[in-house]
Amino acid sequence: MAALDNTIAQDVQVKDGVDQETVDAVREVGGTYKHGWSTDIEMEYAPKGLSPDIVKLISEKNEEPAWMTEWRLAAYERWLQKEEPDWAMVDYPEIDFQDQYYYARPKSMEVKPKSLDEVDPKILATYNKLGIPLKEQMILAGVEGAEDIPAEGRKVAVDAVFDSVSVGTTFQEELKKAGVIFCSISEAIKDHPELVKKYLGSVVPVSDNYYATLNSAVFSDGSFVYVPPGVRCPMELSTYFRINAENTGQFERTLIIADKGSYVSYLEGCTAPQRDIAQLHAAVVEIVVEEDAEVKYSTVQNWYPGDENGKGGIYNFVTKRADCRGDRAKVMWTQVETGSSVTWKYPSCILRGDDSQGEFYSIAITNNMQQADTGTKMVHLGKRTKSRIVSKGISAGRAQNTYRGLVSMHPKAKESRNYTQCDSLLIGGDCGAHTVPYIEVKNNSSRVEHEATTSKVDDDQLFYCRSRGMDEEEAVALVVNGFCKDVLQALPMEFAMEAQQLVAISLEGSVG
Amino acid sequence: MGEAATQLSPTEARLAALDMPRGGWSEAARSEALARVRQMGLPERRDEYWKYTRPDTLTQPGAVPAALFDAGEVPIFDGMERLTIVFVDGVFDPDASDDLSLEGVKIDRLAETDADIHWARDLYGTLEAAGQDPVSRPLAALNTAFATDGVLIHVTGKPSRPISLIYHHADETSDAILHHVIRLDPGAELTVLENGPAAARFNKCMEVEIADGACFHHVRAQGRDHERRAATHIFTRLGEESVFKSFTLTANGVLTRNECVIELTGDNAIAHVAGACVGDGDFHHDDTVFITHDAVGCESRQVFKKVLRNGATGVFQGKILVKKDAQKTDGYQISQSLLLDGDSQFLAKPELEIYADDVACSHGSTSGAIDEEALFYLRSRGVPHAEATDLLTLAFLAEAVEEIADEALREEITGRMAAWLERHRT
Repeated sequence: MAALDNTIAQDVQVKDGVDQETVDAVREVGGTYKHGWSTDIEMEYAPKGLSPDIVKLISEKNEEPAWMTEWRLAAYERWLQKEEPDWAMVDYPEIDFQDQYYYARPKSMEVKPKSLDEVDPKILATYNKLGIPLKEQMILAGVEGAEDIPAEGRKVAVDAVFDSVSVGTTFQEELKKAGVIFCSISEAIKDHPELVKKYLGSVVPVSDNYYATLNSAVFSDGSFVYVPPGVRCPMELSTYFRINAENTGQFERTLIIADKGSYVSYLEGCTAPQRDIAQLHAAVVEIVVEEDAEVKYSTVQNWYPGDENGKGGIYNFVTKRADCRGDRAKVMWTQVETGSSVTWKYPSCILRGDDSQGEFYSIAITNNMQQADTGTKMVHLGKRTKSRIVSKGISAGRAQNTYRGLVSMHPKAKESRNYTQCDSLLIGGDCGAHTVPYIEVKNNSSRVEHEATTSKVDDDQLFYCRSRGMDEEEAVALVVNGFCKDVLQALPMEFAMEAQQLVAISLEGSVG
Repeated sequence: MGEAATQLSPTEARLAALDMPRGGWSEAARSEALARVRQMGLPERRDEYWKYTRPDTLTQPGAVPAALFDAGEVPIFDGMERLTIVFVDGVFDPDASDDLSLEGVKIDRLAETDADIHWARDLYGTLEAAGQDPVSRPLAALNTAFATDGVLIHVTGKPSRPISLIYHHADETSDAILHHVIRLDPGAELTVLENGPAAARFNKCMEVEIADGACFHHVRAQGRDHERRAATHIFTRLGEESVFKSFTLTANGVLTRNECVIELTGDNAIAHVAGACVGDGDFHHDDTVFITHDAVGCESRQVFKKVLRNGATGVFQGKILVKKDAQKTDGYQISQSLLLDGDSQFLAKPELEIYADDVACSHGSTSGAIDEEALFYLRSRGVPHAEATDLLTLAFLAEAVEEIADEALREEITGRMAAWLERHRT
């Protein structure tokens, strides 16, 4: 197979003489996308386009065993037969799947660094700048001024994924002592093949949907978590995804297994540089929750949303699903979706075990030309299963925001409960807010309640804030934060702070 | 390959079984409707809009036979002051019908107006055609093309009596297609009643144009305890400060799909559509509503209640679309089901699509069994189990029935529901 193209990543820095930090500072004050800068780093790419050879090449780069290569190739064959879904209320130009890079890694990662000390300082600097220092220290990720906080802060282990590869995972030793495996999926395929073989594709089957199938063929890296029976993971786990290279799709794959009676809280963050050409991100997250185990999965999705005219941005086509296999298993999805130009994402819960529980808390904010079609599926199979959905959609500018969800009570899911609340808020007369719930009840001992409202920002509340001296944007941000409070409260503390700020930033420029 | 070429598509097979009435003012509209059917194709099982209801028995060339049924009771609305128009298996029955003259209204029949000029020419098929976007409704276009009869009602004043359309079923394999057109002039008022099983298979379409300040009431009872199948459509367009209120009671029937497509085009118009259905056993009932708010300050309400037992299925697909300039919209939608046993099911898709910011829209949907605590309370007060269940069921259905403005009609409907529940106790 052809050698990798060695291409130097394009530099999108501003004019000579202007310091990047200054630009960032100005942007921050202006309230535009904070993470739109890119890192100038030497990259190696797989040739553009998608073919069995590219699939083999990705597998080869990750030094994968033959069974994994075959798994990918089979997925590729299935993908060729599938059609791109068109039912979501999103509109974007046709994607040329042959005009993308499917693999990009920093050249310095050719030989995998043995420890974080060996990682290219430029990459470490990138994460530092994002507020995610890859150092094993007491940190509060994402909270401004964290460096002033003394050592009582909570520990968060971070797996950092830079384009197609994981550059390092912190606190691995300490987690190992507790028996927790937290590493990149490429390492897991090598070091824990029995676990990967058993669980990969068991929650989201290879041919589940168009993008999941594509991901199964070309996924490059992502995180792997295994929490053994009875273990409460001693710290929060976190993965931070950064797209840096241009014209490159990111296809991460995350697999989380919470064995019997275990507990883990997992945080996911993502950003990308500001570029004129849209980029594809098609991830798959699979969560297996065994008997009495509990998983919390929180996302702050802040991919580059494109500019105010809809130029550029990330197409975020993601399949996330949790399978509560054992009795009394519990899963909770919390998402704050502020980025991406197009979002297509439905984190779901299969409530298979009796008395299992699924929860979904979501804030989706769209501004300018963003489009989001997001929601959840709660599939009740076990007896006395419970689910709760709280979704808050906020639409501003010329954006379109859709909640799409399914609540399904199977005949055997006796005495189950669902409560759904989805509220939409419209700011300005050029945006849209939509609700498309599916409710399927096939037994009579279950109760399903669904409520949805759509309204505008309350004038009385705005007037009150204004009369207390707030400017209009601040007032809207405060009212919107109040509207979102049910969801913000469900977030881990580190994320709640960031999310609150994001809510305000995402809406700037939407008033007046 | 050769065999496939000679085999007709399901749509063409259905069309081949039909004869289009020729000549007269409706011919152009019928040809256009036929072209729409061909272009859209008849609904198929995998169509998203037919996700919860299988369309095959509604689209196959001939009707599935349905046994005749004598309810053995006084037909609903009997004894009410009204003008009756009777159709038997879709054929007008002049002997059973009243004289079609009533002050404030002009009534013609579709089958009898073969002149080239008629007021209904501007309306026939136009609301149906407009209602094909954004979701296609091929069975309604099929109706426009092939309807054999129907009434054309032009309301100029406020008639003293309601017009009552009665549909009898006399032939076990009848396949009826009727199309009614109703136009209300500014300030006019009309109440239309409909009842009866109509045919083994009934495809009915009603187009209602409501001018500024006019008021249209519609109360319908769909054949009870009958094996019939029906696909019905109401298309209505409302002018300024006009009112549309429709209520449907459905009691059994193998398959019923009632679509209601409402377009609020005049400011401050009001549209209420409600339904109560009670189903026992082999019963599939689908309410599909699409309301478009295209004017300022309009109000819409959808209230649907379903009581289901012994494997009955209830479907609700309701959508409120608020266009960009339809500010001050008040949209409300509720769909609820009461499942009296473990075999029945409720499938719902309540949708909102909103492009205006100064609106208050909400929808709610619930499903569950009868409230055990309420049942216990009634039992402890000495009410027998069966009666207590009926009482709670009637209370559940009441919110939909309350949408009927006329008190006498409300009582008539409630009485029929109570009688049905009593007959269908376990």
